[in-house]
Amino acid sequence: MRAARVALPTTVEEAVEALTEAPGAQLLAGGTDFCVEVNFGLRRPPAVVALRRVQELRRYEVTPASVVIGAGTTYADMGGTELSAVLPALAAAARTVGSPQIRNSGTLGGNIATASPAGDTLPLLAALDARVTLRGPAGERTLPLGEIVTGVKTTSIAPDEVVVEVVVERRTGPQQFLKVGTRNAMVIAIASAAVVVDLEAHEVRVGLGSVAPVPVRATEAEMHIGDAIDWRATGGPRASAAALARFGELVGQAASPITDHRSTAEYRRHAVQVIARRALERCVVRAA
Amino acid sequence: MTANSGTGIAERVTGARRGDRVGDSPARPDGAQKTRGEFAFSSDLWMDGMLWGKTLRSPHVAAKIRSVDTAPALAIPGVRAVVTAADVPGRPTFGLDVPDQPVFASEVIRYHGEPVAAVAADHPEAARAAAAAIFVDYEPLVPVVDPEIALEASPIHPDGNVFRHLVIRHGAPDATGDVVVEGDYEVGMQDQAFLGPESGLAVPAEDGGVDLYIATQWLHVDRDQIAASLGVPAERVRLYLAGVGGAFGGREDVSLQIHLCMLALRTGRPVKMVYARDESFFGHVHRHPARMWYRHHASRDGDLVKVEARIVIDGGAYLSSSNAVISNAACFAPGPYRVPNALVEGYAVRTNNPPCGAMRGFGAVQVCFGHEAQMDKLAAALFMDPVELRLRNALERNDRLVTGQVLRGAVPVREVIRAAASHPLPPPPDPAGPVTARPGGAGATAGPEDVRRGVGFAVSMKNIAYSEGFDDFVTARLRLEAGVDGEAVATVSVATAEVGQGFVTLAAQIVREELGVARVVLAPPSTVDVGSAGSSSASRQTWMSGGALQLACATLRAELVVRAAELWECAATQCLFDDGDVVRAATGERLSVPDLLAPAPLETEHEFHHRPTRALDADGQGDAHLSFMFAAHRAVVDVDPELGLVRVVQIATGQDVGKAINPVQVTGQIEGGVAQGIGLAVMEEIVVTEGHVRNPSFTDYLLPTVLDMPDVLATVIEEPEPGAPYGAKGVGEPPTISSGPAVLAAIRDATGFPVTRAPVRPEDIALTWMRRTS
Repeated sequence: MRAARVALPTTVEEAVEALTEAPGAQLLAGGTDFCVEVNFGLRRPPAVVALRRVQELRRYEVTPASVVIGAGTTYADMGGTELSAVLPALAAAARTVGSPQIRNSGTLGGNIATASPAGDTLPLLAALDARVTLRGPAGERTLPLGEIVTGVKTTSIAPDEVVVEVVVERRTGPQQFLKVGTRNAMVIAIASAAVVVDLEAHEVRVGLGSVAPVPVRATEAEMHIGDAIDWRATGGPRASAAALARFGELVGQAASPITDHRSTAEYRRHAVQVIARRALERCVVRAA
Repeated sequence: MTANSGTGIAERVTGARRGDRVGDSPARPDGAQKTRGEFAFSSDLWMDGMLWGKTLRSPHVAAKIRSVDTAPALAIPGVRAVVTAADVPGRPTFGLDVPDQPVFASEVIRYHGEPVAAVAADHPEAARAAAAAIFVDYEPLVPVVDPEIALEASPIHPDGNVFRHLVIRHGAPDATGDVVVEGDYEVGMQDQAFLGPESGLAVPAEDGGVDLYIATQWLHVDRDQIAASLGVPAERVRLYLAGVGGAFGGREDVSLQIHLCMLALRTGRPVKMVYARDESFFGHVHRHPARMWYRHHASRDGDLVKVEARIVIDGGAYLSSSNAVISNAACFAPGPYRVPNALVEGYAVRTNNPPCGAMRGFGAVQVCFGHEAQMDKLAAALFMDPVELRLRNALERNDRLVTGQVLRGAVPVREVIRAAASHPLPPPPDPAGPVTARPGGAGATAGPEDVRRGVGFAVSMKNIAYSEGFDDFVTARLRLEAGVDGEAVATVSVATAEVGQGFVTLAAQIVREELGVARVVLAPPSTVDVGSAGSSSASRQTWMSGGALQLACATLRAELVVRAAELWECAATQCLFDDGDVVRAATGERLSVPDLLAPAPLETEHEFHHRPTRALDADGQGDAHLSFMFAAHRAVVDVDPELGLVRVVQIATGQDVGKAINPVQVTGQIEGGVAQGIGLAVMEEIVVTEGHVRNPSFTDYLLPTVLDMPDVLATVIEEPEPGAPYGAKGVGEPPTISSGPAVLAAIRDATGFPVTRAPVRPEDIALTWMRRTS
């Protein structure tokens, strides 16, 4: 049996070199998806490039306009004080991932590169129009998340590219992340929703998970509710019960869920509209 | 005894005496090791020069095998042997009850994951690659996966598709009640989900036999099945118990035992095999899924008049313990209530689904979901309180079961009901509490206004030990000798499998209680130097192995008295055994056990049989069972009906234990059993589609986490059981039986929805909500 060769780069540049030198090599970040596939015998890469020693991937930076998050940032880091203050919905999503051991290991870059429909950070990144920077032998390129995640567990990331960082614009206003699973913790999402209310732009942004092959925006619902909210109401933005209900329906229409061993399409469509509506209700005042 | 989950252990068990005798709660001898991760489980076995085994399993549910080509596997470097059905030296089949299951499939595949071949190689990766390289030419067949269809379909096995059809006729068949309620209920396929996967190490022996180190529930029955298939005398197959990481019934059947021994004998080298988690889901039997129809008749006053039931359990491809499971299901179909008339029909059916067999509470678990939902329905129809209805109809001593058996032992049904009902209810849901404490937990899905609370009640009964005429016995040997320091040492040799239930603790407590000897050694359980102890299942080992040991102690105590009498030259009747000493009544002289052992050690061996039972007759009548355990559970559950998510807040229970020999261990069984019971109620299910197992992993087979586990308030009822050692009944199964049905009752109470299936899925609740609100 030929054992996999393991490269242990300490910089992104070395990581890219290692990928170039070993065609078919697999990047290893937290390993929380990859190692499961290895255990199931689904993947046997000839070489592994382990990113744990690449310190530059673990940094994150909060500026007045944006948040830059290194791809090696763990779920535990995302749930920590500093990032949760500026991206509370990302922190909430990170806290729903697995167990503490998984959260100490799994990374944001891994969540993007795995591109599971159930990836817990992806709905918020979609809602915020996150841009993802990749580095390969030819240098860096930056793409919107929607151009990275192209299908169920498929991406446009080239085999010799490394996810370096994610940039999102900061927005002023409440945000929520809600996730439905059959267990009260440590469960893969049956449906999830991230809702961001931008009090300056007067808009609502909605990202949905586990209800389509890729994370989706509920743009119709966003437009409807953006118009329906009274943004200048005293006590904060206000929406009528009818407008909120319609928002839920439109969220449901944005979903294209499947039936599988975890749940049914009918339930997923129902659940995602309920949680999106509830998420928004936590952000606005519900008019009587 | 009252115990609240969530804080320390020994401190919170009121009445758990410190000490090391019967009724005390000494710590488990293996507890610290297990807590620190130092305990050697069967997957930790190692021997220099050993090979690694790997099983090839069928990807098909039903198929003909046209041919098997092992040459590509043997061509892989490091591969030492490949064995298939053609290589089984002896009996080609095995089985706990009837050997109807092939060691390897030869011509026909009858379930997804059925073993076809096994490989031994120098390295686990080589073994894995070799198994994948074996070429099997399958011709897929249309599987029979619906038990109702299987009843009528052409046989998928030479033994036919009906394992057992059982009818219980009791009282007047045409009796009717003033009030009649009817319902259909369904229970899904639960898995034992023990954390230590199947694993073992087989070592070829010079006598042509094999030594097998194995995690199992019953060493001797494994041995007999292995020897038959190897075609060697049983005494040349020696089994030694390796560290068992949980069992719950899933280790009663043979899994990798025969494969391992065949590979060891073929290669002449030690072979180790460890199932990965996904393979474990294919490697052992599961809890039988059940479909049940019930019709209850009662008088206007609320007295049960008749219970009619039809129960169909899906046994999957091979028999395993299906006959005993359907017997229990039929016998306990009415629950722990006085039922003058009954007609119960039970079917255990063969299908192309995964084989089902023993799991904690078998038979009783499935029907409890039915009879308890029916009792609630009846209470509603009678405008009666559900607890009152249960108290009114509760079985008492000298009542008859629907099998005609008269209950001669302790029957504290009312006591367990009252105990469960009298625990304090939890405070109402706190609107200001953390969102993670609501249904949906970490997903933060529910606001305070989304939550409805419900309370549900359920009561259950189950038999202890083996039933229906099975000769159930334990062999135990006890040796007493003076140690090098002059202290007495008691050595217990009994083949009782410690699967986590705590017999290792009880055995020492019993010897200390009986003989006052502090130093008790348990010889490693094996088939080598002692007879069978039977299975560590059916809540039987406290009674059976405990009983054998108690008898052995009594014999040696009598011999110690005789020795003393000889020394004093008096009659043995003039001497008394008093806490480790023999006392001469007339003079008060004392001789200690070490004094009496100085001339020579003492040794005795006992075979302890329980009272004989009888098979059920053609009308399902007969004294089929030894004894019964009863339990009641009250569940408090918060439900988010719009999303169909559930959080179990509290389980309060009363359990009939006869005598708590070790109260802390009893509490552990109750809390663990409740976790397994609520797991079946709200999340645990092997999803099988057209015979294919869809979720063989802990990613998708969901077990309760700490956020799913409720507070547990437990009261044990200690009414001694005649004939049982110290009056102790078993305690392992009852917590798993009625806790789940109580949870479903609470969900019905919270939502007003029918909820007739376990586990209840979010969509079962939410889509009902959607239909009712739109």
